[in-house]
Amino acid sequence: MGSALFRGGIHPPDKKELSADKPITEARPPQRVVIPLSQHLGAPCKSIVAIDQKVKKGEMVGEAGGFVSAPVHASVSGKVIAIGEFPNAMGRIIMSVVIENDMKEEWAILRDSPDYMKLPPDELKEKIKEAGIVGMGGAAFPTLVKLSPPKEKPIDTVILNGSECEPYLTGDYRLMLEKPVEILEGLKILMKVLGVTRGFVGIEDNKPLAVKAMKEAAEGQAGIEVCGLPTKYPQGAEKMLIKSITGREVPPKALPMDVRVVVQNIGTSFAVYEAARYGKPLIDRVVTVTGDGVREPKNLLVKIGTLVSHLIEECGGLKDEALKVISGGPMMGFAISALDVPVTKGTSGIVALTEGEIAHAGDFSPCIRCGRCIDACPMGLMPSMLSVYAEKGFYEGAKEYNLFDCFECGSCAFVCPSKRPIVQLIRVAKSQVKP
Amino acid sequence: MEITKRPLIVSVSPHIKSEETTSRIMWSVSASLLPAMVMSAYFFGPRALFTVGLCIAASVLSEYLFQTALKKKITVNDGSAFLTGLLLGMNLPPSVPFYIPVIGSFVAVIITKQIFGGLGFNIFNPALIGRAFLLISFPRLMTIWTEPSAAFIALDARTTATPLGILKEEGQARLIELFGDKLHLYAQLLIGHRAGSLGETSAIALLIGAAFLLYRGYITWHIPLSFLGTSALIAWVFGAQGALFAGDPVLHLLSGGMILGAFFMATDYVTSPSVKNGQIIFGIGCGFLTMLIRLKGGFPEGVMFAILIMNCFAPLIDRGFKSKIFGLKKK
Ligand code: SF4
Ligand code: SF4
Repeated sequence: MGSALFRGGIHPPDKKELSADKPITEARPPQRVVIPLSQHLGAPCKSIVAIDQKVKKGEMVGEAGGFVSAPVHASVSGKVIAIGEFPNAMGRIIMSVVIENDMKEEWAILRDSPDYMKLPPDELKEKIKEAGIVGMGGAAFPTLVKLSPPKEKPIDTVILNGSECEPYLTGDYRLMLEKPVEILEGLKILMKVLGVTRGFVGIEDNKPLAVKAMKEAAEGQAGIEVCGLPTKYPQGAEKMLIKSITGREVPPKALPMDVRVVVQNIGTSFAVYEAARYGKPLIDRVVTVTGDGVREPKNLLVKIGTLVSHLIEECGGLKDEALKVISGGPMMGFAISALDVPVTKGTSGIVALTEGEIAHAGDFSPCIRCGRCIDACPMGLMPSMLSVYAEKGFYEGAKEYNLFDCFECGSCAFVCPSKRPIVQLIRVAKSQVKP
Repeated sequence: MEITKRPLIVSVSPHIKSEETTSRIMWSVSASLLPAMVMSAYFFGPRALFTVGLCIAASVLSEYLFQTALKKKITVNDGSAFLTGLLLGMNLPPSVPFYIPVIGSFVAVIITKQIFGGLGFNIFNPALIGRAFLLISFPRLMTIWTEPSAAFIALDARTTATPLGILKEEGQARLIELFGDKLHLYAQLLIGHRAGSLGETSAIALLIGAAFLLYRGYITWHIPLSFLGTSALIAWVFGAQGALFAGDPVLHLLSGGMILGAFFMATDYVTSPSVKNGQIIFGIGCGFLTMLIRLKGGFPEGVMFAILIMNCFAPLIDRGFKSKIFGLKKK
């Protein structure tokens, strides 16, 4: 590695000490799970079960609704008790399958492959597809799609994103400490599927133990390099990570594959390994439940469809000071209003914040043109201009200032001394003009 | 299930924000001017504190009354009116009668800032417009310079000329002669034992404040360095009568309002460009215009007009120096 670091970025307090030393433990099995038929970017699944039907753990309950889609599976064994609309963490109403847990943990028959590395790429791909794997860092983009680049766009590098640059979250960190070998196996599978010989793991250097664990596991593995990266938010954003590791810049409106790179998350790589090795579908994931608003922060292995309220209870409940609960990290996650929403494949964390942590949530004042947001924007935009245009309703003006290159990382709003809700204004503008 | 006592707040990301606030910045900049104010009180007596205090009081009151009258949100706590008053005071001669600060503050806060929409919307640096207005309206009062004395006898202080005035009227040789020798002249300019505006004279005290602002990241080097660098270069090349490359850059940097202007006035966020490359152009412009006025213009000092002229160009410069979009090929 060792190329140009991206410009801009910020250093928010990382607060990872709350949960970094808590080993991953399995969450208590919930009474019931709510499995949304749309947990990913792309077409929703079609339910293939009926009410009262018995299902086993790992059995498919929703089949992929198209190419850009991913099937969903039962995360417990039991009985389907409802199929209907339930709110998700983003406040949207989603068709979901509700399964009552019979606590027997009966598995469906899975396709075990001890010799998975000998399988041809197509078969490995099929296993990843069947397992319903999506990007587990938050955006939940179906992994299969990333592994199927068009012929005219050859890939030469796979990068595993171990930067976990969002403050508070420690799930990927724990996974790297506890399952480094499996994660690297996942990487090798991804490399084999894509036919590439170069693989990287990028880890921010505020996690020296993870760098060490992964480096040890990578010892003697041809073509795989573990890189410690400078700690700077948003190091884990795909474009920034690619730049830091390969020096390549993904042009505006283009995708990582346009610079011959595929990026996958640590959790995703682990899921890929489990799918290839055991045929295990993506039915559980690591979720960091943390923040000063929760009594006992933990890293939990959680069955998909478990309600957030169940997890919070398992962590001792919310403190009275808790004011805001976020699904995901505090920089890009969603604030949730009701806690009875399910954990999905993309839920990396549940963060309960107190008043002290949500500094200055209230009033904002006019832009004083201090330029801090411009210095912080990793995309090289002028957030001040975007926010002023959006505020006045000059959405076309905002477009002139490259509105659509903003990926809402929140760096600008974090640093703004006038506490301007820049990301919110940018979202409004984006919804008002065509790209 | 009821496990939350109060309703949870729902708002758009990011959910955490830095501790930095506009008012913290304004109060910090004000605090950084404290060393210079101490030196000012030492050299110009209690009268200096009275004048500056009056500017601050009048500025804050003007803002308060204006916002009350128009039923706007009262923002005097953000410290920006305080800072405007402080800077205006520091830019006044030591012996002005009491109505000068009052008029100047009114022009600075009401005409320059509030009429344009308040903090963030003004085009010109309020304190400098206040001073420019006073200089044009009361040209005599605004150019009476009292001699600095550490003796606290402010009321009957003798009047004198500023180093820049002497330089303009009688030349460099005479200026050095008045102060003894060159080294002595530099030393006096550095500590501020010379005639001039209340808060501009002590270069060393101002630099201590500036170092604090740089350290805290409230200002960056871009504007001050390009401003001072350009001025020094021009002073060196064209500063001497009759010969090129014989001027005295140190003399020019340490006299007049150069240090105060470059670190505390030209760096005002609202009225300077916000893109770093643009800030360098802005600083170069300020330096060029200052030296143009000092060497060729009718006034001995040009910092104020230079900054005000460049203020007009700040929005234009920002438009011309958009930052580089990630991934876009350099042309
Ligand atoms: S949210 Fe958008 S504008 Fe703000 S820093 Fe991130 S990319 Fe730049
Ligand atoms: S950080 Fe805030 S106040 Fe400063 S330029 Fe950006 S929007 Fe304006």
